[in-house]
Amino acid sequence: MAHPQQPGADAPPVIEMLGIVKRFPGVVANDGIDLVVLRGEIHALLGENGAGKSTLMNVLFGLYRPDEGVIRVDGKPAAFAGPRQAVGAGLGMVHQHFMLIPRFSVTENVILGAEGNSTLHLDRDAAEQTVGALAEEYGLRVDPRAKLADLPVGMQQRVEILRALYQGSRTLILDEPTALLTPQEVDELYAVLHRLREGGGTIIFITHKLREVAAISDRVTVIRRGKTVGTRITKETTAPELAELMVGREVILRVERPPASPGEPVLVAENLVVTGSRGEPALRGLDLTLRRGEILGICGVEGNGQTELVETLAGLRRPDSGRVRLKDQDVTGQDPIALRRAGLSYIPEDRHNRGLVLDFPLTENVLLGNTEAAAFSRGWRILRGALDAITRRLMRVFDVRAPSPQTHARALSGGNQQKLIIARELHREPDALLAAQPTRGVDVGAIEFVHRQLVRERDQGRGVLLISFDLDEILDLSDRILVLFGGRIVGEFVSGRVSRTELGLRMGGRGEEERGGVAVAD
Amino acid sequence: MDDFFSFDLLTATLRFSAPLIFAAMGGLLCERAGVMNIALEGFMLVGAFAAAAGTYYAETPFAGLVAGMAAAMLAATIHAFWCVTLRGDQIVAGTAINLLGVGIPAFLLQRIWGTPGGSPQVERLPGIGAGLNVLVPVALVLVPIVHYVVYQTRAGLRIQAAGEHPRAAASVGIDVVRYRYACVIASGALAGLGGAYLSIGDLSQYTNNMAAGRGFIAIAAVIFGNWTPFGTLGATLLFGAAQATRVQVQALGLNVAPDLIGALPYLLTLIVITGLVRRSDPPAGLGKHATAE
Ligand SMILES: Nc1ncnc2c1ncn2[C@@H]1O[C@H](COP(=O)(O)OP(=O)(O)O)[C@@H](O)[C@H]1O
Ligand SMILES: [Mg+2]
Repeated sequence: MAHPQQPGADAPPVIEMLGIVKRFPGVVANDGIDLVVLRGEIHALLGENGAGKSTLMNVLFGLYRPDEGVIRVDGKPAAFAGPRQAVGAGLGMVHQHFMLIPRFSVTENVILGAEGNSTLHLDRDAAEQTVGALAEEYGLRVDPRAKLADLPVGMQQRVEILRALYQGSRTLILDEPTALLTPQEVDELYAVLHRLREGGGTIIFITHKLREVAAISDRVTVIRRGKTVGTRITKETTAPELAELMVGREVILRVERPPASPGEPVLVAENLVVTGSRGEPALRGLDLTLRRGEILGICGVEGNGQTELVETLAGLRRPDSGRVRLKDQDVTGQDPIALRRAGLSYIPEDRHNRGLVLDFPLTENVLLGNTEAAAFSRGWRILRGALDAITRRLMRVFDVRAPSPQTHARALSGGNQQKLIIARELHREPDALLAAQPTRGVDVGAIEFVHRQLVRERDQGRGVLLISFDLDEILDLSDRILVLFGGRIVGEFVSGRVSRTELGLRMGGRGEEERGGVAVAD
Repeated sequence: MDDFFSFDLLTATLRFSAPLIFAAMGGLLCERAGVMNIALEGFMLVGAFAAAAGTYYAETPFAGLVAGMAAAMLAATIHAFWCVTLRGDQIVAGTAINLLGVGIPAFLLQRIWGTPGGSPQVERLPGIGAGLNVLVPVALVLVPIVHYVVYQTRAGLRIQAAGEHPRAAASVGIDVVRYRYACVIASGALAGLGGAYLSIGDLSQYTNNMAAGRGFIAIAAVIFGNWTPFGTLGATLLFGAAQATRVQVQALGLNVAPDLIGALPYLLTLIVITGLVRRSDPPAGLGKHATAE
């Protein structure tokens, strides 16, 4: 990694945002944020999910009008009416959810909105040359003629960076840029950012991961619940200090996890072949065995078959071939109800569409999928009293913060919604638990809680299958780790005996050739 | 049987296809910009009526042509206002326009001429022989023009962006609302031409509900043509040929149910949208708005 050059204290501020307040109906997303970014530095903006980072950047870009506060760019007061003006002032944004058009070519995406000379005709050849030259100049390897949809995510991100450069931005803002990247792609991104800084560019790097702050930034500003809680020089701070600033209390960065004592297999998939929603092969002969009393982590880059694997195991998708066994039963192709009866619980990755009915009260959400349980019903009649009592108890035990069991699920924060789903799924005392991205988009406090629950379930002799795109989560929780790539398991590792680099290589589809086939590390 | 596949069948195909081409090219532009357009039928009816009325008053069919386009553009502006500015439901808006397209001309017929079924006879657009009028070549020239606009111009790139991913388009400073208005209104102009074709090109009067579902066939053609200008042209020719065949079959008194042939376009479209023949690939942002708020 390039040696981080410390911008001198005399470097002039490029961006000053002082006392920014932005209110949404019922939420104060930014509640007096100060952010000062100096020319030529990589400045990390650190905060939990929902802390207000993206909102702040949207305010800067003129997508939202701040309710209070002052913004200065290059020392001049700036109140942009829209992204165009922000771009005109030399700012560029790489969005958390890429603002790119899959059907367009790389060049079309880059030039869109600034197609150059004002003639009617679109000169694609000239544009391709310009874009190719620009990519060359900044070492952003990408084919200007390629169709965007055909590119891997890391490459698509380069297109966003390229577009910002094409638009002439000298200050680049990246909103959670590593979320979808493999560790290797992250390293490549770091290299690109260092090159940009050496060329005199300024970078704001938004993240909620401490590791990234240390790896890339010169200075860091931490925000919590819409307020700036501190700015530090990265070299002079520590991860625990930043974590405490970010969360507001001391944080256990790793859950306590005594060694596992795996028992007999509880969920077994054999040679699963599954077709994805767009007709593409999603799983190409996948095998896995989940034992009682272990957490089996499945890591991989999004889009390598995770969704199809979870859906197949949950009974939401039929495999083309292969078998699924739950305990001693062959449950291949059975529907979710049958699987639930047989002892499976499922925490879906999309809690809004799959996990909850947002406009139902908590009681009804607890009832979902449990209507047959004796505790909730007698014959065709739902026992409202019992339902209410059980919901109250689950809310207490699982720390679901809501005014009453009659509150609608929509009114809960992400973390509390997730805790409600987990409460419902664990109340059934399953034999096997499918946990798909169980902590995506929830706050650190809730993450800690969810992780403790998963470990507790394991210790009670249940099998827990954890599917996550967050490598740290996989490393922290799993007893065994499988790497999913291209619809196959391409690596199996024992936790604690494998490096991030090794996992990262496998996640990117590399490393297999050298070892030959599936390797077990130890 | 010799004279079944004849020059007549070819010209009849063109005759039936031309109004479909106008409406379908309008629908294509509108949908490529991301606004659903089931209002083509209504635009055609309004255009057909205004064309007849304009010709009646100005005593020249060219004035009628302008009137037909203008009236349909007005209807399209209402559609755009509802769908783009008010962010109303695009299906409801289209349905309302279609109902107005039947109702308003019927009402005006009664008010102006006191005739419930149709307008008086008016002068027709000039013909170019073989039973075809001057709008037929215009329709055929329109297709490469639309192709050029969509794929080879700056505006076309922006129209596609507005239709594929309006938020991305807005994020690079494209005024999605403006492009959408422009395309919806253009679709009104073109569908209005298609309507004028019916009343002052093919016939020489407006008769009640004379579009007779052509607006919907045009939508089917856009889907069938996978939102590409030449694909859509192919679909309109196919549908026009089905219509021509149906008439031919009736004229020759052949023992084939003409209604079956008439239903063929719809049947084909249904098969196409099942995805069995090929993937249907509509603009990804169809019906979506530029901002989440
Ligand atoms: N358009 C919006 N309308 C209402 N609330 C919003 C909107 N955008 C963000 N919020 C809320 O503002 C808070 C901060 O969100 P955000 O800036 O996206 O956080 P971060 O990017 O740090 O994860 C959250 O509680 C979020 O729900
Ligand atoms: Mg964010």
